[in-house]
Amino acid sequence: MSITLTIDGRPVSGRTGETILQVAAENGIRIPTLCHLEGLSGHGSCRLCLVEVAGGGKLLPACVTPIREGMEVITRSERLDRHRRQIIELLLAERNHVCAVCMANGNCELQDLAMEFGVDHLAFPALYPLLPVDSSHARFVLDHNRCILCTRCVRVCAEIEGAHTWDVRNRGIRSLIVVDLDTPWGESTTCTGCGKCVAVCPTGALFEKGRSVGELRQHRPALVALVAGRSTEGA
Amino acid sequence: MQRETLQHLAEERRRYLAGFDHHLLVCAGLGCPGNEEIVAELNRIVKERDLADRVLVRRTGCMGLCALGPLVRAEPDTIVYQGVRSEDADEIITALGREPVARLLLPPDLPFFTRQSKRVLALCGRIDPDNFDDYLAAGGYTAVITALTAMRPAGVTRLIEGSGLRGRGGAGYPTGLKWATVAKAAGERKYLICNADEGDPGAFMDRAILEGTPHAVLEGMIIAAYAVGASSGYIYVRAEYPLAVQRLKRALREAERHNLLGHAICGAGFDLKLEIRLGAGAFVCGEETALIASVEGGRGLPRPRPPYPAERGLHGCPTLINNVETYANIPLIVTRGADWFAGAGTERSRGTKVFALSGKVRYTGLIEVDMGTTLGEIINDIGGGTPDGLALKAVQTGGPSGGCIPADLLDTPVTYEDLGAVGSIMGSGGMIVIDETTCMVDMVRYFMQFCMEESCGKCVPCRVGTVQIHRLLGKFCEHRATPADLETLETLCNLVRETSLCGLGQSAPNPVRSALRFFRQEFLDRMVQPADTPEHNS
Amino acid sequence: MPSTRTDNRSDDHQWTAVDRTMQRHDYRPEALIETLHTAQERYGFLESNTLRRIADRLGVAPSKVLGVATFYNHFRMQPAGEHTLAVCTGTACHVKGNDRILAWVKEHYALAPGETTPDKRLSLVEVRCVGACALAPVIITDGEIIGKKSFAESTTAIREWLDDAA
Repeated sequence: MSITLTIDGRPVSGRTGETILQVAAENGIRIPTLCHLEGLSGHGSCRLCLVEVAGGGKLLPACVTPIREGMEVITRSERLDRHRRQIIELLLAERNHVCAVCMANGNCELQDLAMEFGVDHLAFPALYPLLPVDSSHARFVLDHNRCILCTRCVRVCAEIEGAHTWDVRNRGIRSLIVVDLDTPWGESTTCTGCGKCVAVCPTGALFEKGRSVGELRQHRPALVALVAGRSTEGA
Repeated sequence: MQRETLQHLAEERRRYLAGFDHHLLVCAGLGCPGNEEIVAELNRIVKERDLADRVLVRRTGCMGLCALGPLVRAEPDTIVYQGVRSEDADEIITALGREPVARLLLPPDLPFFTRQSKRVLALCGRIDPDNFDDYLAAGGYTAVITALTAMRPAGVTRLIEGSGLRGRGGAGYPTGLKWATVAKAAGERKYLICNADEGDPGAFMDRAILEGTPHAVLEGMIIAAYAVGASSGYIYVRAEYPLAVQRLKRALREAERHNLLGHAICGAGFDLKLEIRLGAGAFVCGEETALIASVEGGRGLPRPRPPYPAERGLHGCPTLINNVETYANIPLIVTRGADWFAGAGTERSRGTKVFALSGKVRYTGLIEVDMGTTLGEIINDIGGGTPDGLALKAVQTGGPSGGCIPADLLDTPVTYEDLGAVGSIMGSGGMIVIDETTCMVDMVRYFMQFCMEESCGKCVPCRVGTVQIHRLLGKFCEHRATPADLETLETLCNLVRETSLCGLGQSAPNPVRSALRFFRQEFLDRMVQPADTPEHNS
Repeated sequence: MPSTRTDNRSDDHQWTAVDRTMQRHDYRPEALIETLHTAQERYGFLESNTLRRIADRLGVAPSKVLGVATFYNHFRMQPAGEHTLAVCTGTACHVKGNDRILAWVKEHYALAPGETTPDKRLSLVEVRCVGACALAPVIITDGEIIGKKSFAESTTAIREWLDDAA
């Protein structure tokens, strides 16, 4: 069934069950995202895609909010963009994101967003947690210092590959991506070595061995096709 | 369970109870440690003096005045003894029907007792929570029979809507409306959940209700399930309440035994299975969607809303979630009617509310008052004011999601609207009195530390924002904060409030915002000007 | 996926209780938290072996089991000491000075919350509200609630309890 709504003043239409993000994308309206990946279940955790909806008090995440008839959505405003910039700053201050020595330098979604929203300094002190690097796997490396806990790796492994090697341990600021029962990745009994997690990681947290600074490439278009094709969502 | 059976059992129990000259009721709640020894000693002496057919010793739920516990009450003369120890048993029994034991006696006209409006807590402290027949004798389970045999599900929902009952867990959402949404939702299978997670530090209303009148909660759940069409339900109790879990387990067994749960309840063709699920120490699991995730056996991660649990909740099915105190109100509304319920309270905040009064107040404990009672009445009249002659500074309501109301606003009525207007919330009922020895900046840092440690970690603003806010508050506590820090603090509070995924993050900044509004000077006093900082001067 | 079930004859008895909990829920994944509760009651804490067996039996990924076990305050991944001191850090207890008690324990027993002494005698845990706020400040010595005491009385009570238990 067709639903009509407006996004940034533009009348658009979509089908029942579609999200604001999907309809926006279909109409060439870009809403920034980070934890979202088409084909994976929605997480709604990065909060970058929050949009204003007329009549409601709260900001809503476009990636998981279904469209409704007559919805009036605003995707860009001074307030929304200020929130986005601050969220990016919080992320950059949370762990050790040193672009100059990172595999994903120049090819990183977090870096791209920081540039897009004019983050040139941090208003919050960097937390500098002491975090490990797991290079026990034959082909891949996990660097917790670059991880933003978007859980794309968790979701692609559980939902698309079906191995569920990854999950998150602890909670709050102490959350950490974990393999099996906190096993070194190289000793995992569930990992199939498919590399999907590496492919979906938006930053340099997961990368292939043998890559140096700035050499990580994700082949995003091919990835999206793979993920969207394999998933049953939006079918 | 048929009406006649229920009446028969109730009548039998009433006859039994009336057969004694005296009852000695001993508060067996968590707040009165040593009560088991008191009960044992009383029973021993009763037996020794051959008084077993004249004096009945009964364990009950919380009597409310925890500050002066352990409490023992002698009926029918309503003599209340405070600070009782098992050694006092002898004197107490001797005094029955004679002059009460003066050194233990509580004045009968204590405002703590006379100024309350006990409805939900009416039976708490009057019946033995482990005795099914006690609950029946006091009128229990007549509401279930009425609802299931004389009313249609839609009629029950309409009754609750008409009463104006609002969720007692903190959000104050209209209960009847929630029920109607679940009843209307598409889906064959529906669930109901009792949120007994009570994570607010300083709140123990639900604990007392579960320990003191568990059957009232079950009765409310059965009626709710009937109204919305749920056939399966869970009581999610926090692991830190083992006594409440124990009493609930027993109550469930009794209800099942008497055909109030299970198959074809009361012959009305209605099935309901209720189960207890334990929490495991996560404040965030008090949030509805996180609670659902926990019942499903996972990490307590909240989910974006919409969709709301009423439409898609547990296992993707329509789910009704209500708080313990909300359910406990239901049997009363069914039996006494919506008008009776609305007879207490105000137009938009009807009925009564149970509060847990603690902190720097003389009579800490459990109370129930009409909505609309002022904070001053609660703290000064019922609570007895601050001890030690220290000045009252503020009262904190709503736990880590609430705000501090300063002493000069004590005439604020306790309603959802009025508390909201002064920057706080009703919350679940925790009310903490603060005196002049407490620093507000330290207080709000304490609350932020709590939110930071309880944050589930899923969304960025809450996970990282609470850490940054906590750090900033630390700078204020250490007298190292700059004006820029104050600005950053306010910016961060705004960000976390507006962009967090769930209620925990959204309301985490409330204590800070409330303190900045009413106690701003304490923050300013802890600031240094940039020119004073060592870095600037070096 | 290779099964890594390990059979340990000496704790068969404990495992039976854990299995019983899973069975009560038809071995469905949603039984995980209840199962972890039973496992901790029986074994005292949750170690990798136990988690692996539970993961196998319930058909839940090991990483998910670990994620759940480490999410909640209640579950211990290390064995507890012979005695446990729980200090409530709820609001009322905080206002009544329980952070001083924690500082005192740190000074006298070199313990921070969540830690156990090297000789395994004492574990310290922080509990956020047992719901006995009217008894604030509350400390719990091996499950027994001690409330309404002054700082001096509380610290004396702790010292006596530990010496008595020696």
